[in-house]
Amino acid sequence: MNDHTEPAAVRARGIVKSFGTGDTKVTVLNGIDLDIYLGEMLLLVGESGGGKTTLLSAIAGILDIDEGDIDVLGVPLSELPAGKRTTFRGQTMGFVYQQFNLLPTLTAVENVAVPLLIQKIGRTEALRRARVMLDRVGLGDRAEFLPKNLSGGQQQRVAIARALVNEPRLLICDEPTAALDGPNGQKIMEILREVGRSPSRSVIVVTHDSRIFHFGDRMAHLTDGRIVSIEPITREGTA
Amino acid sequence: MNYIALKMLFGDRAKYLMLLCGLTFAVMLIVQQGSIFWGLMIWSQSSISNINVPIWVTDPGIAQVDEVKPIAGTAVDRVRSVPGVEWAVPLFKGLLRARLSNGEYHQITLAGLESSSLIGRPAEVLEGRFEDILQPDAVALDQWAVERMGGPDIIKVGTIFELNDKLARVVAIAKTQKSFTNIPVVYTTYERAIHYMPAERRTLSYVLAKAKDGVPVEEVTRRIHEQTGLGAFTADEFGWKTIGWVLKNTGIGINFGTTILLGFIVGMAISGQTFYLFTVENLRQFGALKAMGASTFTLARMILLQAFTVGLTGYGVGIGLATVFGYLTARGGGLPFVETWQLLLLVLVGLLAICTFSALISIVKLARLEPAIVFR
Repeated sequence: MNDHTEPAAVRARGIVKSFGTGDTKVTVLNGIDLDIYLGEMLLLVGESGGGKTTLLSAIAGILDIDEGDIDVLGVPLSELPAGKRTTFRGQTMGFVYQQFNLLPTLTAVENVAVPLLIQKIGRTEALRRARVMLDRVGLGDRAEFLPKNLSGGQQQRVAIARALVNEPRLLICDEPTAALDGPNGQKIMEILREVGRSPSRSVIVVTHDSRIFHFGDRMAHLTDGRIVSIEPITREGTA
Repeated sequence: MNYIALKMLFGDRAKYLMLLCGLTFAVMLIVQQGSIFWGLMIWSQSSISNINVPIWVTDPGIAQVDEVKPIAGTAVDRVRSVPGVEWAVPLFKGLLRARLSNGEYHQITLAGLESSSLIGRPAEVLEGRFEDILQPDAVALDQWAVERMGGPDIIKVGTIFELNDKLARVVAIAKTQKSFTNIPVVYTTYERAIHYMPAERRTLSYVLAKAKDGVPVEEVTRRIHEQTGLGAFTADEFGWKTIGWVLKNTGIGINFGTTILLGFIVGMAISGQTFYLFTVENLRQFGALKAMGASTFTLARMILLQAFTVGLTGYGVGIGLATVFGYLTARGGGLPFVETWQLLLLVLVGLLAICTFSALISIVKLARLEPAIVFR
């Protein structure tokens, strides 16, 4: 399925997840096998309702699966108690959402500092590191702005800075460009590629946006709860 | 995370102010009504506090201090003979009408004090000399008599009026605690009080007594009761007995209790609903915090911090407003308003209960929140 020889950062086997019971039961993930490697950006694409977001939630450990195993950085998520899973997630993962999910009453720099504050890092140090990260996404001069005073693209850059500030090994992005126009979407992906990618980090991007396909290394197609193909992406944007 | 919690709270100014207003209103209402209620209770036993003696001996069937049931005149000597009694003196108390020189009638409470000691006299005299009631036809009034009987131009030291067609001359005006019924009190000697009243077989209203030093007052009241068969109470016991009677026989307790309960419910409803809305509207953000590694415990702590911060702020502002209200309206004894630390403590406990309840609704919601909501 791939040419990688190193251990996968994410190793998913036989993932099954259903919602509802009886006649209303819907199987959203139906036997998913997937490896995601350090240093790569994997695009997860497919039709709406195909299970992309559910798979993302399962990999992030915020949704329990019915069957199968998911190892993240060698740690079997299903064996971790809920509390330890939360801590593990906070220490190893960063999230970028379609709707940004910034706290509206916090400034940009304070929003970026949130994951560090959750990790009980002192406020002064957290804010210092948050400023550095804001500089890296080109928003150093907007550090004290509230989200409502930032454009959509700027808000997503703040969200990226927030996702990266604690140096996560796994960056999970759910439709990061869906709420943005074309140029802003490109800009966000450039930032994700330049700032987010690292040899010691995997980046998973769920997207519908074919204009950003060329930013990925591999693309997994999900249809009806199954991965129908995983292909490398050429720099021209075609798989 | 405390920093984030407070920024979330203060940043949403509209909701913060709504929460603050709700809790402030609840605290103000409870403190104001509670203070007026307690003020009324203090007034209801002012006959006891104004006399200010440690032991009251009464008819055994007495219900409250203003319901006088005369006892035999021998009771004074019987009480004096009880071991542990330092002294015992008679007190007359009765209702009479005063007729002023302008022809107006006013109902008064006549208090007759034992003439050699004047035990039971008010502690503070505003005009004249209280001891002058020993002079012929002399009486002293409380300051409420001046107010109720026509004001200082009509009622002052030297004023002459009639009690049961007998002459009474004002020699002093004393400061006392206002009474529940606000009937003016006319003080004179025990003998003259009986002289003023229509003839009755029994004239002794109460025996006032004091325990010897070193003998517990409760022990002495018990002995008096056992040896004389009369009712014997410490001033505190008699006060509480009177308060109990007022609560049982008037609608005051239910009325004020209802208002206080309403304040509590309104405060709880407003803060609970606003807090819940606040949480629901920030659900995605809380979900994001959960996804980023914040535990439910951490979020619960944030919610509790927010609830107690706004609660304690509302507590301070509410008490401040109630106190200002009390100061402005109770000046000069116009309104019974007694703000006690016990009431403030009780309100604080109630408020913390409101805040905890409000926070708990939100915490339950957050505990059930799946962080996966952020991907929807």
